Amino acid sequence: MNPLHIVVCGSVVPDPLQTIEPLAGLAGPALKNELLLPAIFDPWAAHALYEAAALAKQCTGSQVWLVSLGPKPKLQQVMMSLAQKGAFTPVFLYGPAHGFADSHATAAVLADAVAAIHGIDRSRLLLFGGWESASRGQGVTLQMIGERLGIFDQFQGVDRFTVRDDGSFEVWERIEGGKHLVSLCSGPPALFGWATGERGEPRNDPQMGMKNMRSVLPALQQAKPASLAADGLQYLDVRLPSQQRATRVVRDQSPEAIAEEIFAWLQDG
Amino acid sequence: MDIACVGFGPATAGFLTTISRGIAANPTLESKAAPGQPPQVLCYERADDVVFGVSGVVTRGRAIRATFPDFDPAQIPLAGPVTEEKLIYLLDPHGASRRSLPLRAADGLLRLLRAAVRMRHQAVELPWIPPFLRKEPGFVLSMGQFTQWAASQLLSEGNVQIWPASPVSEPLVDGARVTGIRLVDQGTDAEGRPDIGFTPGMDIRAALTVVGDGPVGAVGQHLDRLFGLPEGNARREWALGMKMVVDLPETTVLPPGAVFHTIGYPEPEIFGFLYVHPGRVASVGIFVPSWFDSPVRTVWRYLQHFIQHPYLWRFLKGGRLRSWGAKSLQESGRRGEPFLALDGCARIGEGSGTTNSLTGSGVDEAWCSGVLLGQAVLELWENGHPFNRVNLKNAYVARRRASWLDQELQAAERARDGFERGFLRGLAGMAAAGLTGGRLLLPFRRHPHRGPATLEEFCRRRLRSAHVEALRTNCRIRNVPLHDAVMRCSGWPDIACDGQLLVSLQDALLLGGKVQAPAGFRDHVRFRDAAICRACQDRVCVEMCSGQAIAPDEDGLPAFDREKCVHCGACVWNCTAIDEEGQSNLIFGAGAGGLHSAEN
Repeated sequence: MNPLHIVVCGSVVPDPLQTIEPLAGLAGPALKNELLLPAIFDPWAAHALYEAAALAKQCTGSQVWLVSLGPKPKLQQVMMSLAQKGAFTPVFLYGPAHGFADSHATAAVLADAVAAIHGIDRSRLLLFGGWESASRGQGVTLQMIGERLGIFDQFQGVDRFTVRDDGSFEVWERIEGGKHLVSLCSGPPALFGWATGERGEPRNDPQMGMKNMRSVLPALQQAKPASLAADGLQYLDVRLPSQQRATRVVRDQSPEAIAEEIFAWLQDG
Repeated sequence: MDIACVGFGPATAGFLTTISRGIAANPTLESKAAPGQPPQVLCYERADDVVFGVSGVVTRGRAIRATFPDFDPAQIPLAGPVTEEKLIYLLDPHGASRRSLPLRAADGLLRLLRAAVRMRHQAVELPWIPPFLRKEPGFVLSMGQFTQWAASQLLSEGNVQIWPASPVSEPLVDGARVTGIRLVDQGTDAEGRPDIGFTPGMDIRAALTVVGDGPVGAVGQHLDRLFGLPEGNARREWALGMKMVVDLPETTVLPPGAVFHTIGYPEPEIFGFLYVHPGRVASVGIFVPSWFDSPVRTVWRYLQHFIQHPYLWRFLKGGRLRSWGAKSLQESGRRGEPFLALDGCARIGEGSGTTNSLTGSGVDEAWCSGVLLGQAVLELWENGHPFNRVNLKNAYVARRRASWLDQELQAAERARDGFERGFLRGLAGMAAAGLTGGRLLLPFRRHPHRGPATLEEFCRRRLRSAHVEALRTNCRIRNVPLHDAVMRCSGWPDIACDGQLLVSLQDALLLGGKVQAPAGFRDHVRFRDAAICRACQDRVCVEMCSGQAIAPDEDGLPAFDREKCVHCGACVWNCTAIDEEGQSNLIFGAGAGGLHSAEN
């Protein structure tokens, strides 16, 4: 099997466990207390990174690059955890993580960053990322990066990826009803927007972390600000969806009784 | 590596800041572990992020300002200068708290003289704050935001590394020398047996291990078991601090930087606070001490009564819970100090006895201890001296003994002994010690070491023994903690939840706590002997658990649910089953996950 060049695109996003409140600022929509929020690596892209690391181990000589966009302090913090999860060479861009940046502009800067990676071989290129984002839920950024790079074999909602003996790929894409669409792809270049995949989060590997940090720190120093022009995009309103919370702690209730209660509640509503 | 640190709190942040600057200022410093490289300094933090600390922080910030002379709180979210400060005595509007006869007489007198003492909203603002309690000119902080800011400074300099989500299970010890640390096993079941993806915890060897893992940290506990405490020292005084971070109503009149210290309510032994951050946000919380001898000392329930005190509720009503958290405080201070220097190891921060219970201050003291160790380590490094016990004692412990930190801890050493004999005597003892810098100590005889009272003893003035037994039996049948039933029968009103600020503890876990419990790790709370737990009458571990993570199971035994644990560590010092070696029947080890709240 030929060594692969795998580029994972994944950004830093506010921890979805926090109270995230959009508000309209003078320079467009933003998040309330954005600086205060802890950040994580986008969970969908994280699956892509884990799959890339596993694939690189399987195909000897393969390399993994991580192209990531986010505020500098948050990138620094997130890398301290992520660096322990798999071997990669980082490429960083500074930019917002609030999720209101134009997907088109985001795709443009990320595509430029991928194209500028030194030594990348397009004939071996697999572009990985999340098919969704915890902050940019449009699910179109990765697709546009691929189009800008001229990669037209694109697969979204990928849960399984197998390299066959002849170098082609078998790809399982998630479709409705809990089923998968299985496709064959003749080989690179190709794009894969990962769903959750089939691997759990890798265990922390402190040695791997220390090794990765040798390239993370220089990459942070070399990173440039990403210019994300709004390009005519306007937000008329930003708000949280309304929600209700009514929590009770109940023990030993049967599933039927729970279903009846929910049904009754829905009818009341 | 050269230096391995355990825990990233204010002490380790102070240490790493000092070391990082030292490395930057002296390019000739060379790693002994990797010759030719700069010193290799790594810090392993248990929590998933450096921003997930908990503390109610209002501080004079002397040590922090000494490190950052141009410190500008405006650079840190939720930080700001103290603008006004009040010490408030809260009376009991319900008559439900357990007040002594002299205290009730004093309350009666205050009510009689309400106009003269300007009693309003069931409270009296004291006309004067003793200097030892005063925090002006200081600042209010969010612990999480402060450590995040400190970590950002460190990471941008690139001289040290901080690894979150990396719990350390124990120190590596060879004879009397600490040689490094062992990370926890990954890929185990809850019992610690190897499971899918098992990875044994890595051993990290280091010339110096810096232990700053707090009052209930696994490494600190392990060292204390191995080496004991210096002659005469003991860790008897604890407290559980619990706080809420609240969005104040839009109509609030509280200015940013307002600081209230409270005494007297919800029980006389429970001190409280309210600090106003910039942006119409307040931290409000209480400290329930170990010398409050209730065996049903639920902090959550008391906190809800506290915020509804008429003096505070007029500011908080209409507010919304943003965040919530809890932590243990090691209040023995200098009397609970461990061996600060060992061969290959030094202790800093709260686990090293830096918390000053007289001044009610701990973060700046912890930072100071880290800075002092950092200076000592740089001195030893530059002179090529090894990190052995004698050198660390001469360089670090000597610095500490000569510092304001140690002088103030000495003054505080016996200042609160009087509380074991009653609230008023406790206040008198504090005032005497605080106003004379520890020179005048009222002669209170301390109780021999004991846990909380039995429930019958605690309730004897309000409930007959038969009533207590009936409550106990009823709660055992229903497998619920006792505290709500006991408080209801003692006259405390029910909490009328509003879904915003007054919520159930389980809702607080969801709204303000966001506890994470990743799979693949051993439970960090375990019970040594089930028979001892079965025989335990009052199970204070269940009653005081901050997140209801320890609850009675169907057999009546306490059962641990990691998905609710906020790692406050209250269970370990509330276990009343202590063996001859001083070990409790409950093990509180190193664990992954915990609160994902960035504002505490």
